[in-house]
This record gives sequence, structure tokens and C-alpha cells, in this order.
Amino acid sequence: MLRFAIRRVALLVPTLFGLTLLLFAWVRALPGDPARALLGERATPAAIARVTEVYGFDEPLFSQYFTYMGSLLRGDFGESIKKNEPVLTAFLDKLPATIELTFAALLFAILVGIPLGYVAGRRTGSAADAGAVTISLIGVVTPVFFLALLLKYVFAIQLGIFPTVGRQSARSDATHTTGFYVLDGIINGQPGAAWDAIVHLVLPAIALGTIPLAIIVRMTRAAVSEVIHEDYVRTAEAKGLKASLVNRRHVMRNALLPVVTTIGLQLGLLLAGAVLTETVFALDGVGNYLYQAIRDRDYPVLQGFILFIAIIYALVTLLVDLSYGLIDPRVRES
Amino acid sequence: MTIPLDATQAPEQLERGDSLWRGAFRRMRRSPTAIIGAVIVLLFVLVAIFAPLLAPYEPASTQWQSLSTPYMVQFSSPEHLLGIDRWGSDMLTQLIYGARQSLVIGLVSTAFGLVAGAALGLLAGAFGGWVDSIVMRIVDILLSIPSLLLAISIAAVLDKSAFALMIAIGAAQVPIFARLLRGSMMSQSRQDYVLAATALGLRRRTIVMGHVLPNSIGPTIVQATLNLATAVIEVAALSYLGLGTAEVAVAEWGRMIVSAQDRFDIAPWLAFYPGICIAITALGFTLFGEALREALDPKQRR
Repeated sequence: MLRFAIRRVALLVPTLFGLTLLLFAWVRALPGDPARALLGERATPAAIARVTEVYGFDEPLFSQYFTYMGSLLRGDFGESIKKNEPVLTAFLDKLPATIELTFAALLFAILVGIPLGYVAGRRTGSAADAGAVTISLIGVVTPVFFLALLLKYVFAIQLGIFPTVGRQSARSDATHTTGFYVLDGIINGQPGAAWDAIVHLVLPAIALGTIPLAIIVRMTRAAVSEVIHEDYVRTAEAKGLKASLVNRRHVMRNALLPVVTTIGLQLGLLLAGAVLTETVFALDGVGNYLYQAIRDRDYPVLQGFILFIAIIYALVTLLVDLSYGLIDPRVRES
Repeated sequence: MTIPLDATQAPEQLERGDSLWRGAFRRMRRSPTAIIGAVIVLLFVLVAIFAPLLAPYEPASTQWQSLSTPYMVQFSSPEHLLGIDRWGSDMLTQLIYGARQSLVIGLVSTAFGLVAGAALGLLAGAFGGWVDSIVMRIVDILLSIPSLLLAISIAAVLDKSAFALMIAIGAAQVPIFARLLRGSMMSQSRQDYVLAATALGLRRRTIVMGHVLPNSIGPTIVQATLNLATAVIEVAALSYLGLGTAEVAVAEWGRMIVSAQDRFDIAPWLAFYPGICIAITALGFTLFGEALREALDPKQRR
């Protein structure tokens, strides 16, 4: 297991290294002078000269890359052009909102998806199965931002059950210590604030969670319908075990293994989808910040945020791989 | 075509020269999923091709005369079945021409992703060794960025044109196809027929191009069909994020949703129609792709 883990972690090094090369080349691929691209059309010559100096754009590419890598290793990820704040500070500041949203979306997808997939897999061909398959198809083909708009129109604008935008009510006087609003409400003893934050999360979480929901339904359905035909399930049933016990101990435990992996791998999808969902619901998270950076052509922010998201994504994939290797010895061997 | 004979196949079928693809086609004709998917895709393609004949008005024309107040919207009228948006464009006309944009960008980007990705996958799968290592490391790097985010970052450095969208969405698909084709080529290379062909003294190039590749391409083709659905959605998503084409005169479903957004509370149908069009088109490609996957699955062969 240790050798598997070391090899798997070692594979991460060239990937991250290549990623920095790619992002380095990416800013240089911008049309025109990179300093002007970074500062925008209306930059003064003095500002351009300063940025050229700081980033060393007049030096050979080779040494430019070393400068870039050097600053990355020192924890300097550049500064936002429009907002005049370090990219890392902005990212860390916005991250809690996105983690909260992603977590809520996954929770929704798992709580709805696994039971739905189970029922469908247990009775393939039934009406319940058809319903589950239809839901998962709708989830796959509906654009995230369109679904978000629809939910917002029906449940926020028309019915007024949920708020239309933001992470908390405008007049909220909640104190924030961690940046996770639900958590803040709980640890600061403000149940009202926590509830307010939860209510604001419902629609965005459903919109963002629909694609993982669809995938979880499909995976669970496929896994359950396969596992129930296994010999050990028939044996368990034949020896007179209660149905609920067979389900819990034999069907679900085996069927959930591939499902858990899929859940871990949904993170990339969720982080990309967060850009759209956070924009529709005006949530102040990483995705919304990234959207503004796209609009403002704020390249240092784009460069830094893509790097951070890729690192998070790579780390989660690594954890999934490692946990899978821990559960299934065959993965370690290959 | 040289397709390995499946030992489980009935002899009479083999005599008929039942190839993998012909068998798949036969199974698909019986699958309702495949038929529904094919009908949707066909309709979409026909609407896109014959847009000028089907659309009731000129694509860039305005219909102010049908509105009592300029910049008001219209829900529906005999002349404008699906209403008029706030720029005075007939919705039905816009939706029909929007199909064109989605089809062209979707098809070209997926074709680009498929060709470039398959070429990389073939390179890695055919040569193996250090070529494989280098290609797959590059693919790993690209896969470490979530697909839509990769498309966003490519589109962000290009000009806002249909061509830029094709490049961005296509390039984001390259690593997916590369990994898929390489994976299936690797597993095909371990099959007995490759050993047999090697033992017969066939050249390596003949084995790879004539035997391994034709047998490995199936999952890649299935993925391409499914990716057409993703591409149609991603065009709209990039448009939504302000990375779509700058040519406002050309109707595009994603941008129609964006421009409907500021009147969303009073005229939600303006966003609803293009959204439904995207979802139905994506549904068509998804159903067709799923049916194709099932039909090509060796377990399904009877």
C-alpha cells in the first residue's frame, strides 16, 4: 500500500509542474504585449513599464519561467488588476462560500441519488426505474445555469419560498468567524443566521447538484442491479436473512464502492458548475469571482484561480485513488 | 473489414459476415431509445440546414410594428407564435437560426476534439514506451483542469468568435478522447488475435492500424456522440459567461438566455424557449449515444 501511495503521489509532481508551464505559456499566448494584456487597454506607459519590470517580460522566456516558479514557491500568485488584492487572498476569502455550496450540492445529490438509484436498480424495468432514469437524463441534458434560472423563477420569484440572490439576508447582523455562514451561525450561537444561510443555499445546491445526482443515480442503479444477482446475495436470502439485513450488509456495501469513487470524481464538475451557479444566484464565491475576472479580462486572477482549482481537484482525485487502493487490493497491484 | 470472430457468436451469424457495426446498427433499429434520439437529432439537423426556409422572418429583422410600445416584449400572437424579445426579434426565427449555430459549433468542435484526441491516443497506444509516457503526462495535465474551466481559459485568450468557441470547446475534449482511445487500444493489444497476428508475421503497423485500431474505436465514437450533447450545452454556458460570439446579429441559444435575463421576472418564456431547445438537442445526442454504446457492447451481442 505504501509503495502504491508513494507512486501515486509522485505522479502528481509532473502534473502540477506541467500545469505551471501551461499556465505560464497561457498568459504569454495572450494577444499583444503580455504587460498590456495584464493591465488592460488603458494602461499608462509607466504602469506597463513597471509590470514589465516586475514580471520580467523583457527577459528571455527561460528566466521568466524561473521568476514565475520562484514567486509561486514563495506563495506569491500575483495580484488582481481590477481589485488590487493578492490573488491568493481573494481565493481564500471566496473559498468558504464555494466549499459550502459544493458540499450542499453533493449532499443533495447523495441523499436523493442513492435511494433513487437503489430503487431503480432493485426493480429494473419498473415505473420507479423509468422515473429514476428520466430524472437522471433530465439532469444530464439541462444546462446548469438554465436550471438555476428556472428554479429561481419558480421558487424565488413566483412562489417566494426561497431568496433570489446572496448568501444571507441583506439585513442580517450575523457575525462571521470562519466564512462558512452555516457553521458561523452554529458556533456563534445564532441559529437564526444559520437557518438564513441554509435557506439561501437550497436553490443553488439543487441547481448545482443535479448533474452529480444524475451520475450517482446511474452508478447506483447499475451497481445494485448487478450486485443483487451475485451468488452471495442469493445465499444470504436463501439462508433466511431478513431482507433489510441483506440489503444493508450485502447489497449496499458492495454496490456503494464504485458509487463512492464517482462521488469523489464529481468535484471537478462541481467546481466548474459553481462558476455558473454562483453567477445566477449572485453568491460571493470563487466561481462568481472567476466570472468577474473573465468579464474584466483579469488574467492574473484567472491564472491563479485555475491553478488553485486544478490543485484542489488533483488532491481530491489523489485521495479518491488512495482510498480506493485501501479498500480494493486489486487497485494497488496493477 | 477485419473484425475478430467472437467465439460466442452463433456460426450461422458469422457466415453472414455480421460485422460489429452492422450488428450494432441492427440492434439500434430495434431500440426505442435509439429511435427517439435519432429522430431528435435528425429534426435538429434539418431545422439547422433549412433554417432560411422554415423561419417566418429574416434572422436580423426587427418586428417593432407588431408591438404597441418599442422595447416591450410579446408573449404570443398569430404573426409571432413564440413572441418577440425586447430587441424586437421574432423568437421562433431566432430559435430556428440558433439551431444552426449550435449544430455548426457543436459538430466542428467535437470533430476537432475527436481528431486531435484520437491522434494523441493513437500515438500513445501504437508506440507505447516513452512516447506513451510523455503523451499521457500531457493528457493528465489537461485533465487536471475541469473540462468547462479549460474551455473557459482557452476562450478567454481568443477573440469572441464562433471559431474561438469551436477551438475552446474542442480543445477541452482532446484529453478525454486521447485517454479513451489509448485505453481501449491497450486492452485490445493484449487480446489473443494480436498475438496470433504477430505469430503469423504481420507487420506491427498492419496489426495496429488494421486490427487494433478498428477494434478500439467503438468507445471513442460513442463518446463523440455524447460529447456533441456536452458541446451544445458548453456553447451556451460560455455565451452565458460572456465568452460567446460578439456577432449579436447571429442568433445563439445561450446568448438568448442571457439577454432574456434582465426581463426574467416579467417575460420568463424568452429564456425558457432557448433553454428547452438546448436541453432537447442535448437529450437527442445523449439518447443516441447511450443506445450506440449499448448496441456496441459485446455483452449485448446475441
